[in-house]
Amino acid sequence: MLKNTLIALVIAVLAYMFYNVYNTYETRTSLSGVAEYYATNAAKEVGAANIVTSIVVTYRGFDTLGEVTILFLTASIISFFLKLKEEDENKSIKHGITSELLITASQVLVPIIFLFGIYVFINGHLTPGGGFQGGAIIATGVALMIMANPNIRINNHVIHWVESISGVAFVIVGLFGIVLAGGFLDNRISGLGEFGTLFSAGAIPIIYSFIGLKVGAEISNILNKYQKSQKEL
Amino acid sequence: MNKEIVFIIIALILGIVSLILALIAIHNKKLSVAILAAGVVSLFASVLYLLMAAPDVAMTEAAIGSGLSTLIFFYVLNKIKKSNA
Repeated sequence: MLKNTLIALVIAVLAYMFYNVYNTYETRTSLSGVAEYYATNAAKEVGAANIVTSIVVTYRGFDTLGEVTILFLTASIISFFLKLKEEDENKSIKHGITSELLITASQVLVPIIFLFGIYVFINGHLTPGGGFQGGAIIATGVALMIMANPNIRINNHVIHWVESISGVAFVIVGLFGIVLAGGFLDNRISGLGEFGTLFSAGAIPIIYSFIGLKVGAEISNILNKYQKSQKEL
Repeated sequence: MNKEIVFIIIALILGIVSLILALIAIHNKKLSVAILAAGVVSLFASVLYLLMAAPDVAMTEAAIGSGLSTLIFFYVLNKIKKSNA
């Protein structure tokens, strides 16, 4: 009884708070201060056609570094708890028969999915998407590969090296910003290039490519660990 | 019919269906059905983000929310089932 009363009380308080938020909400007719600054100056200062990317990688680059760190921590913690023995790493489990349709479809689709993921993170400064989205798309390709062929061996060393080198390179490109431009993760380390072309926006395509490789490697590693830790049927 | 009304109708349908699916995800006794329902909620949410002109967020939601996390939930479900049996 007391428990139910408490729950009802909490819900009532939350409902009151949300009602107030709803009541005082009015649609903005103009942009707020920061948003207006970004909308008017981002294209000129950063040179990226996609303003979202210029905010994520340059104006709020430090937050992105934090997000990459969080993802890295998640991957490490999952690897720690799914610690594999040597025989787990190399054993082949007898799975049920994989459907012919899935195998054939994966042979056609996996290269296209990888290509699309790479396209998304290389063109992050021009079209929607970027490093995180491209990396996740590459990881879905790896997932399809694993589903079609459950005993596939994914080379752990390659994944670890790709992941570490891109993480270090991201920070090094950021440090170049201190020397050659205005500060950490400033993208104006070289000329901004012609607005709207592939080689524009300074360091943004480089940084986003490294983020894409890192995210793809980390999520693929998580999937691979889960697949390898499945027990015999 | 003008564009705005079509937009509102599509958003309403998507919202109501994803609410129903979210309830299924909470209350269904079969865990595999619950995982699939949660994945479809993510898929509908990504369509809603697309309608609200946020393609960046929609891509993340579609790839991670409805693709990878559904898959990882199934892996974990499989692991739990075998260690309990």
